[in-house]
Amino acid sequence: MTEKIRVSIVGASGYVGGELLRLLLQHPNAEVNQVTSERFAAKPVTVIHPNLRTQTDLKFCSVNDLEKVDLMFIALPHAKLMNDFDKFSKLAERIIDLSADFRLKNPEDYKEWYDVEHPRAELLNDFVYGIVELHREEMKKANYISSAGCNATATILPLYPLFKNNLVDLSKPVIAEAKCGSSEGGNKFSEASHHPERSGCVRSYKPSGHRHTAEMIQELGNQINFSATSIEMVRGILLTAHVFLKQGLTELDVWKAYRKEYGDEPFIRIVKERTGIYRYPEPKILSGSNFCDIGFALDEKTGRLVVIGAIDNLMKGAAGQAVHAMNVMLGFDEKMGLEFMGLHPI
Amino acid sequence: MAECPTCGANITIPEGTETNQIITCPDCGSELEVTGPDAVKPAPQEEEDWGE
Repeated sequence: MTEKIRVSIVGASGYVGGELLRLLLQHPNAEVNQVTSERFAAKPVTVIHPNLRTQTDLKFCSVNDLEKVDLMFIALPHAKLMNDFDKFSKLAERIIDLSADFRLKNPEDYKEWYDVEHPRAELLNDFVYGIVELHREEMKKANYISSAGCNATATILPLYPLFKNNLVDLSKPVIAEAKCGSSEGGNKFSEASHHPERSGCVRSYKPSGHRHTAEMIQELGNQINFSATSIEMVRGILLTAHVFLKQGLTELDVWKAYRKEYGDEPFIRIVKERTGIYRYPEPKILSGSNFCDIGFALDEKTGRLVVIGAIDNLMKGAAGQAVHAMNVMLGFDEKMGLEFMGLHPI
Repeated sequence: MAECPTCGANITIPEGTETNQIITCPDCGSELEVTGPDAVKPAPQEEEDWGE
């Protein structure tokens, strides 16, 4: 396909919507038709996303004014699309949803993790889970994709090769801890995000029961014990996971598993260096890029493998992942619109 | 063809490379010392202790 496809972004005033717009305005094969926001309808998008000044004349419109397009990105809060699916599916043959509404395959999981009875459970299997590295072939035939949660992405990508290649001792627990930037919380403020409360914090905001855990279990096929800590950072997630390898395995076996699964992946880099400042993945230098950096270290005394992953939560954890999925779905070069390499120093 | 002792990648040692010369693994970036026609070992490194 060489003609530009027409896309719209529903829910474009949030951070993820703004990031999608930034990527799609630069995408050589996409033309942004409309962007919606009920709160800011008729206002220029640059009022909310000032980084886009002079790059677009678009104004926000209401969902009720949406026109037909080739593909619609839906960046609405959870439980919106699941209730209004027919309205949007009439307007676009292809949908990429960035909420959690169609990520899980088992409707019972929605009751358990989201406390909601899924009104369109029959559609759950029509959506492909949005991590390209795991579901590329399905995406090529899909009309609907459900982007993965940011913490889920940061956890699944580093751990997937270890489970896929049967390296993990499943009799022992898998522990994963994410240090998260404040943009994960979206652009709605609260008492907790008030500057004197948020500034300088290292806040254990979800030690157990994080909803993204459901996706991790679904995609990795194993129990994951996940905790999330909010830290002094705007963008980024640093994931540290602890797994125990089967007896006798070495770092060489781990290298081989990562090379096998990710050797040809354009957005995954194995980062494990013996010298230098950035010896392991670090989210700071990934800001604005679509990379997931993965590193690891084996404690040979105990067999514990420490796995480290870093992403920009708004990019590989949301908008970048969604544009990557669009590229795969439509047969574009996978890197199109996603070539930004990150900044250093930053 | 040599195998990187760190990550297991296949490494082609460039023609004319001499024994004890340092090359870099294209996969993991490890510095490797050439020890023979198809053999390498990890090159000695100065480790940083980071307060340990």
